[in-house]
Amino acid sequence: MHAAYLSIDQLYKHFGDFTALDDISLQVEEGEFICFLGPSGCGKTTLLRAIAGLEPSDGGTIIQGGRNIGNVSPSKRDFGIVFQSYALFPNLNVADNISYGLVNSKVSKTARGNRVAQLLAQVDLVGIEEKFPAQLSGGQQQRVALARALAMEPGLLLLDEPLSALDANVRHHLRGEICSLQRALGITTIMVTHDQEEALTMADRIVVMNAGKIEQIGTPEQIYRHPRNAFVANFIGSMNILDGELLDEATVLVAGSEFTLDQPVATGVRKGKLGFRPESIQLNTNQPTDLGLVLKGRVLEKIFMGAFVRLRIALKGLTIELDFTSQRTAPPDVEQRVDLFIARNDIHFYPHEARVLPVKAGVESTAQSSLLNVQGAVQ
Amino acid sequence: MSNTVALSEKYRYLDTEAYIQKGLLLLGIAFLVLFLLLPLISMLQKSVQNQAGEFVALENFILYFDSPILFQSIYNSLKVALATTAIVVSSAFLVAYALTRSQIKGKKTVKIIASLPLFAPSLLPALSLIYLFGNQGILKSWLPVESIYGPVGIVIGLSFWLFPHALMILTTAFSNSDGRLYEAAAALRTPSWRVFLTVTLPSVRYGLVNTIFVCFTLAITDFGVAKIIGGQYNVLATDIYKQVVGQQNFEMGAVVSVVLLLPALLSFWVERKVQRKQTAQLNARASIYHPAANQLRDSVLLLCCTLVCGFLVLVIAMAIYASLVTFWPYNLSLSLDNYRFDMMDGGGWGSYKNSLQMATLSAVLGTIVIFSLAYLNEKLTVLPYLRGVLHFMAMIPMAVPGLVLGLAYIFFFNSPSNPFNFLYASLAILVLNTVVHFYTVCHLTAITSLKQIDREFEAVSASLKVPFYTTFRRVTLPLCLPSVLDVSMYLFINALTTVSAVVFLYSADTTLASVAIMNMDEAGDTAPAAAMAVLLMGTALVVKSLHWYLSRSLISRTQRWRNV
Repeated sequence: MHAAYLSIDQLYKHFGDFTALDDISLQVEEGEFICFLGPSGCGKTTLLRAIAGLEPSDGGTIIQGGRNIGNVSPSKRDFGIVFQSYALFPNLNVADNISYGLVNSKVSKTARGNRVAQLLAQVDLVGIEEKFPAQLSGGQQQRVALARALAMEPGLLLLDEPLSALDANVRHHLRGEICSLQRALGITTIMVTHDQEEALTMADRIVVMNAGKIEQIGTPEQIYRHPRNAFVANFIGSMNILDGELLDEATVLVAGSEFTLDQPVATGVRKGKLGFRPESIQLNTNQPTDLGLVLKGRVLEKIFMGAFVRLRIALKGLTIELDFTSQRTAPPDVEQRVDLFIARNDIHFYPHEARVLPVKAGVESTAQSSLLNVQGAVQ
Repeated sequence: MSNTVALSEKYRYLDTEAYIQKGLLLLGIAFLVLFLLLPLISMLQKSVQNQAGEFVALENFILYFDSPILFQSIYNSLKVALATTAIVVSSAFLVAYALTRSQIKGKKTVKIIASLPLFAPSLLPALSLIYLFGNQGILKSWLPVESIYGPVGIVIGLSFWLFPHALMILTTAFSNSDGRLYEAAAALRTPSWRVFLTVTLPSVRYGLVNTIFVCFTLAITDFGVAKIIGGQYNVLATDIYKQVVGQQNFEMGAVVSVVLLLPALLSFWVERKVQRKQTAQLNARASIYHPAANQLRDSVLLLCCTLVCGFLVLVIAMAIYASLVTFWPYNLSLSLDNYRFDMMDGGGWGSYKNSLQMATLSAVLGTIVIFSLAYLNEKLTVLPYLRGVLHFMAMIPMAVPGLVLGLAYIFFFNSPSNPFNFLYASLAILVLNTVVHFYTVCHLTAITSLKQIDREFEAVSASLKVPFYTTFRRVTLPLCLPSVLDVSMYLFINALTTVSAVVFLYSADTTLASVAIMNMDEAGDTAPAAAMAVLLMGTALVVKSLHWYLSRSLISRTQRWRNV
């Protein structure tokens, strides 16, 4: 049987009454770039720290390269790590920072110097060996931290929100650099981020997390095109989510219109949510109802967004958003009545599941508020 | 990777580093249990035993509260402490306000003069007051009351000695204020008295509460001033001394100690509560406040500072002068006769050497122990429960007056059944007692500087396979060097000047200079006592300057990265 490079099975972590990791199972292939994506407090950083051994787990196994590392202390594991703060030693210069671990492993001084130079070349920072961290820009510090993490040639590279402290354009530039370096070295990499764009552009696969659980694992395209549930749908990109009522096993009544599902739902399901992205709505196209969902509405508001115009449209008792991108025709005016059409392929249906979300002040607030946004858009 | 490799690796990884960490942590806890907790427990025990060592429940306490003379001491102590607190806090408030909220000239001079009492033993102001307002004092006629010996003398002496403590806390509180609030107030055309009430006062209220309690505790627990200038006026601290040294009534000494612990515990509790709120007050976006010019305000504040500094200088100058006068008040010619300590009681120059030795050892060993334990406590992840215990124990010394700790040491280490009995009457016990007595402030200083270091350094080192002690040596210690040096200085000066903590613990071979001051004064040698106090203060100042110079060159050599 094929064994993944990193295999996590039924991992749990509690902080008092709060469950930070709830039955996490995950396989990472060698050389893969994985992103843990989720709102703050979802457990993504805890999971990363559990893999590093910095946060001992309460149950479950972690197997890296065929070795069970669940109870092994961090110094006996095989990983390099870059923190959000970079954690560069301020009193040591760049060369000493990068060779900090090499000093121990009985490498000669010249070999160490060569290795430092080689690493600095890899992160595109030649000749700054003698500088102190305080003399470097944020982006440079980040790259030195990356070089230091790679110095010991670890089997696994862990990145904890490495770009979030940087300016937008430095961030964009470094995204590309980290990706190409990762691909060149072929090092298995896990990055924690709360920035969906970062995850979509960088990762081979994304692990979407919420409230200590994994919501979905998949390639960026899978996650975007086929979000498995309303949380993922709403967290990645924007999504109009409408409450629907099932008339029979395959017919949903939503905002006064009927829509036939591809597959009948399980018996007993009475309600569900219908989701579609703002950019998938077509205006006034007169498509027949069997090709998708047809809704009638009235334009409430026009918001200029640069590349497109976002329209807020009132349906029967609720409001949705659509992105008007056409350069050739003008968007409809406020108060104008419009026909909306969403193709069958662009519609996601989430049968109502009786999932109880843990209600806990503070940590869960982001997850809660994003759910509230869903409802807010619908009402 | 094959399975065999994985297995052999697994056995190699029986984690030595974690064992070292746990071992060190347990050693640290054992240290505080042995030299803090157990002595205190044996003192509590003693307070409910009779002289034969039998359990008598609260009999001693009933006896104590039935004795009108002893009970009067509680009232006296409260009166003196409250008066001192009122005087010190109000004057320190004005000076702190002047230093942070005005444009007066000579702020640096004010700061230096105001810090001088820190270097003096608390006995010095008391001795100086005798020469100023005593029966043959040069300013006797200025004194509104009949005699300086008593509450008035104690209050004035304590005010001198406590002033820098209050000023430090209040200056910090004032300088932590957010300049943006003043800008907002000015933009809303708020009159300055309202700015004071609605911006200034609220921003320092925690510091103010803190200062009040620190002053009150130090005043009620101080022994030196009351011993020298208290006369027949009994306070709790002198009662303990009289019961133990005068009447050999150890049980009653223990009872008074328990009573003395109460106000200290109360203020300890308040301070902890306030501290927690204080930290949340200021955020990173706050801007520095720059006071505007105001002629009237500055003149008034300058007058306040001049009066306060004048008083401090007067007290110090009088002590120096008195120590140099050949035979007060009959032969006012100056000589160094009073510095011939070998002619007097109290151990002579030998005490001074002992004091230097004790202070040096306390500074070196204390810094190593306290800083290492603070590091274990703050940066490691092993044994989280025990680390909490360690931190809690590190806080206790702040609530234990020196005299009480000293007495507790007698009870614990003098017991023949104690395997550590050999420490009794040694220099080692003086060092241990001093380190424990001043533990909390040092611990908090170390913790504060450790907290400013990125908390992921240990994780990074682990990922780079570098053991924690290497990172401690190569990174943590260099980063904390300034505060390490501060801690060692604090320990040195306090060890040199303290009386209360060591007065029960010295032996014929280990007499200390601060105790010698007291003994010389008791024997009527007031001028040599003043001379020794001046000598200690001079020593502390010289060491402090040396320390300042050395640490400056050390820091500029090792901390190049700071100023790039």
